[in-house]
Amino acid sequence: MAETVERRILGRMSPSDEEIVINFGPQHPSTHGVIDFVTQTNGEIIRRSVPDIGYLHRGMEKIGETVGYPGFMPFTDRIDYLAAMFANEGYAMAVERLLKIDVPPRAKYLRAIAGELCRISNHWVAVGTMASDIGASTPLTHALREREAINDLLEELCGARLTFNYARIGGVSFDAPEGWGEKILNYLEHLESYIQEYDRLISLNQIYVKRLANVAVISPDQAIAYGLCGPNLRGSGISWDTRRDLAYGAYPDFTFDVPVGQGKMGAVGDCWDRYAVRVLEMRESAKIIIQALAKLPEGEIMAKVARKPKPEAGEAMGRVESARGTMCYYVVSDGSEKAYRVRVRTGSFMAMGIIEEMSHGLMIADLIALIASLDVVAPEIDR
Amino acid sequence: MAITSIIQSGPGAGVLLTNTNRFDDLLNLARKNSIHYLLFGLACCGIELMQTGGPRADLDRFAAVFRASPRQADLMIVAGTLSYKMAERTKLLYDQMAEPKYVLAMGSCANCGGLFQSSYAVVKGVDKIIPVDVYVPGCPPRPEALTEGLMRIQDIIMSERWWREKRRPQSGAK
Amino acid sequence: MNAQEIHSKLKAQFGDAVGDLAEAKIDPFVMVKSDKIVEICRFAKDEAGLDFNYCEDVTGIDWPARNVIEVVYHLFSLQQRHQFVLKVEADRSQPSVPSVQGVWKAANWLEREVYDMLGVSFVGHPDMRRILLPDDWVGHPLRKDYQEAGGYHGVTNTRPDPLVKLGQKVEEERKAIAAAAPPPVATPATATPSGGFGTDSPPHQPPRASHAPVAATNTAPASVSATATAPAPATAPAPDKKESPNG
Repeated sequence: MAETVERRILGRMSPSDEEIVINFGPQHPSTHGVIDFVTQTNGEIIRRSVPDIGYLHRGMEKIGETVGYPGFMPFTDRIDYLAAMFANEGYAMAVERLLKIDVPPRAKYLRAIAGELCRISNHWVAVGTMASDIGASTPLTHALREREAINDLLEELCGARLTFNYARIGGVSFDAPEGWGEKILNYLEHLESYIQEYDRLISLNQIYVKRLANVAVISPDQAIAYGLCGPNLRGSGISWDTRRDLAYGAYPDFTFDVPVGQGKMGAVGDCWDRYAVRVLEMRESAKIIIQALAKLPEGEIMAKVARKPKPEAGEAMGRVESARGTMCYYVVSDGSEKAYRVRVRTGSFMAMGIIEEMSHGLMIADLIALIASLDVVAPEIDR
Repeated sequence: MAITSIIQSGPGAGVLLTNTNRFDDLLNLARKNSIHYLLFGLACCGIELMQTGGPRADLDRFAAVFRASPRQADLMIVAGTLSYKMAERTKLLYDQMAEPKYVLAMGSCANCGGLFQSSYAVVKGVDKIIPVDVYVPGCPPRPEALTEGLMRIQDIIMSERWWREKRRPQSGAK
Repeated sequence: MNAQEIHSKLKAQFGDAVGDLAEAKIDPFVMVKSDKIVEICRFAKDEAGLDFNYCEDVTGIDWPARNVIEVVYHLFSLQQRHQFVLKVEADRSQPSVPSVQGVWKAANWLEREVYDMLGVSFVGHPDMRRILLPDDWVGHPLRKDYQEAGGYHGVTNTRPDPLVKLGQKVEEERKAIAAAAPPPVATPATATPSGGFGTDSPPHQPPRASHAPVAATNTAPASVSATATAPAPATAPAPDKKESPNG
């Protein structure tokens, strides 16, 4: 079976005598998941690299048609396990639109706080694994340590470290426990000093900059044409953030900046820009959390929803600004208690589409840097 | 005798001589404290595998380090959902590992297909393809659970007798 | 611009090829003719005021009741901050739609996924092959009449239910104990069950072996056979509950 895929890709590649075709993956030490890159190289220089995906295809969209509206919530965790709060929230928003119900304000704030904590947690993994892919193995352990602290906070909230299943259709499942807010604020104080230390350690490190600056520059037009979103789009200089521009949930109540790649170390839209956008976004998330904790309203956390909701026939789209970009849930209902179609559009799937185009002329190590800077995660691609 | 007296007077002699009455135990002690596991994180359990190797629940204190290549690995921790497309590669990787090798199925999806029972593209358990020694339940299992799974693998290793049997009896795949 | 204005602009340009704005109660959409989809998309992208430069999603829905597969295009504009939904109907027996990947590169992989999942072939696509499933997969899973093949390359898609196996073992042992009821001394040392779950240590079983002969001596064989013929709920604690009043 491996021959079939490679033969078809090889047929298009037609390598000359000095070129070889190798597989990066699907099992490789970079922790972005099981993705295969069939790469045709001439020594170190890549002629073209074709991603082959589907090694983690689990049929989520088909499962969405069989388990009912509330039953799909745990599956949304598994679509993006590094920032699962957003996946939960997006699906809940789409179904709430179908049911035409409003979420109580406290639930919106809790979703925002949990989501921004998840964003920080995801960006820690992103920058840590990026550093590890570039070759520095220690920052990954630092990043995992910080992620453990956030895992503890979220475990206090909802009981799970990774796959939260926190949002419900109509609100959230658990209320913030006593003293949770203080613990978060303590952590965020430590976070700022730690990000600065991390900056000195890696971001401004000469070797790191040389590896990432001017590598795989994605121009703004290319980014839009290929449908990139999130930090990948902002790294190319386009200021688009679903939280600010399509204001949803509790985000209209917060003020925060949207960091955009400015080409500080090289061209606008290179790998360093995408990396820098993520580090800056961690700070913005911390700002949002502090504002949200200060303004957290009292009240219920869940609207009145039937146990087996039956929306009327129609379709709805729910968009969230996930850690990896705009995650869109397109839910079609035919009036019964099971969804007719659930479609998840994720940022990682669109980011993979651009790799073949960008790979011409890169070195093998640059390809690794490109994949790491796009922050793809396999289950988002494959669902 | 001269060797024994040297060993008896050297550092750590108490540990060495009381714990290694048998040749097998000495070998297994060395083997169980240097497990190299193949970094085979497929899905969400892969992240918990990373966290278990991270600073808090540190797998490195068991001297268990991850290796990227199956040629250098003793233990294959299958962490995550196995899809049909990945199944053949998994078998290939398992075959590439050198004996004696062990497999730890981490998480619900690797044990039995997990919550994807109705999915058309998921192999219902990694033991349909390769023989599994230890199953760690959870979705995903906590780092402490995975650490216990590793310690069970260590128990299996410790219970092997090399002096009498040439090969470790292979557990069969379903 | 809201959906009405966008719709009227498209209708003004393309006339009959653009359907009416669907009376959808939640999110509106417009049905367009499939042979004009490329021109409509190009117009939507280039026309000042519409500026749909971002292809958010291309996906498909199978409607066997209407005998069509709908291909849904979600368009988005970053400058104007508006969105729109176009739908194209493709005949279900041989679905084929012109490809819009020339308009937005993002549609390249999205259309490959629609082909993979639903079988819609896109005319003019440079690389129409499966993307998520293996190349030699049979069938298109998101169709409503998709039947699983029972496995792939020799790996079956079912798993024996361990509780069923355990229940059978419990039943067999109970029958063996009932058959060997007269000599109560013979402690069935072989009654310790082996693991039904695989090759690791056997699951923790309550000490049924010690209870069973006690039940056989203290009561008449009638009650023993009563426990033997009692419906086996296939759970390990159940024998405990049945034998404790006897023991």
